[in-house]
Amino acid sequence: MTTRYLEIRQGVLSKNDQLAATLRGRLQAAGLLTLNVVSSPGSGKTALLERMMGDMRKTGHPVAALVGDLQTDNDAKRLARSGAPVRQIVTDGMCHLEVEMITAHLNAWDLDLNTLEFFFIENVGNLVCPTWYDLGEDLRIVLLSVTEGEDKPLKYPSMFYSADVAIITKMDLAEACEFDRALAHENILSVRPGIRIFETSAKKGTGIAELIDFLVHTRAKKYVG
Amino acid sequence: MHELSIAYSLVQNASEAAQQAGARKVNKVFLRLGQLSGVVKEALLFGYDIATKGTPLEGSELVIQTLPIVIYCASPQCQQEFTISGLQGFRCPKCNQPSNQIRQGRELEIEKLEIEVD
Ligand SMILES: Nc1nc2c(ncn2[C@@H]2O[C@H](COP(=O)(O)OP(=O)(O)OP(=O)(O)O)[C@@H](O)[C@H]2O)c(=O)[nH]1
Ligand SMILES: [Mg+2]
Ligand SMILES: [Zn+2]
Repeated sequence: MTTRYLEIRQGVLSKNDQLAATLRGRLQAAGLLTLNVVSSPGSGKTALLERMMGDMRKTGHPVAALVGDLQTDNDAKRLARSGAPVRQIVTDGMCHLEVEMITAHLNAWDLDLNTLEFFFIENVGNLVCPTWYDLGEDLRIVLLSVTEGEDKPLKYPSMFYSADVAIITKMDLAEACEFDRALAHENILSVRPGIRIFETSAKKGTGIAELIDFLVHTRAKKYVG
Repeated sequence: MHELSIAYSLVQNASEAAQQAGARKVNKVFLRLGQLSGVVKEALLFGYDIATKGTPLEGSELVIQTLPIVIYCASPQCQQEFTISGLQGFRCPKCNQPSNQIRQGRELEIEKLEIEVD
């Protein structure tokens, strides 16, 4: 026997990347804009989506969602109150979603993608593990709530760097938390120069219309030209 | 803790490559790991031992090369790459401008295997 080197140069997540590209193609062929929503646990992903999805449906923009959690289907139940089709992915301890789970749930779901405009994926609350798992999304949306500290982007630069849109949530609590808005913007922009930043309160409904407007425009640009 | 799922993907990819090359045995797996990959080296080594159990890679060594973050500063006075230490945002250490060109640091890549062949 002889010893030799075998050059590989292959990403460890290359399989996930390939499957994600396939799924993206399928979702885009149906004219969907797909959003992967990430944040720390409890930053307000479900609250924001519940609000947005209800408003989007009312304004004639059909939407569906898949939501990932370690345990329970509580978040899917909350999102379903918007009236949109929703399914829960229980990861059973796994700290992130992988594209295979998305594909499997879509395949087992009698959902006609062609009737939809937007597809939300609420990731597991975690700012590390979901970072490099492409789920076939068009945009990755990262949330930062005013209660969790302005320096989060510096502590989790990879996730903020990987995002396309940032949303500062729970703005109704900003004053009570002595939230430093300028510093938060500066920190986000220092890890991801040029990123679009929104500010919302799911509780009060502020900033929601602007965000929906942005998504509608982004989708229109993508498919209408 | 997603290192265990990373370890399983790693072992699967490496096993397939080794098999295709007709390897009798895999001695070492060389991995390039960027500081931004979000993967903790110790946790991955631990996960590797679990993920290799009962596979052709059992008993092999995972050799991890850690790669620092390298950014490119596009400002007129710099126009060059910098290695940055710590995670203080992706600012140029010389002119303090934020950079959105990360040239190195995201790697999570199998570089090569050391195998035994007939
Ligand atoms: N005041 C206020 N509270 C909010 C707002 N959005 C969310 N919350 C509260 O924050 C808590 C967490 O919100 P969720 O929407 O469940 O957060 P999440 O990111 O989906 O959490 P996980 O899925 O567990 O990671 C809940 O108690 C919400 O009521 C907001 O805009 N204002
Ligand atoms: Mg939630
Ligand atoms: Zn510079």
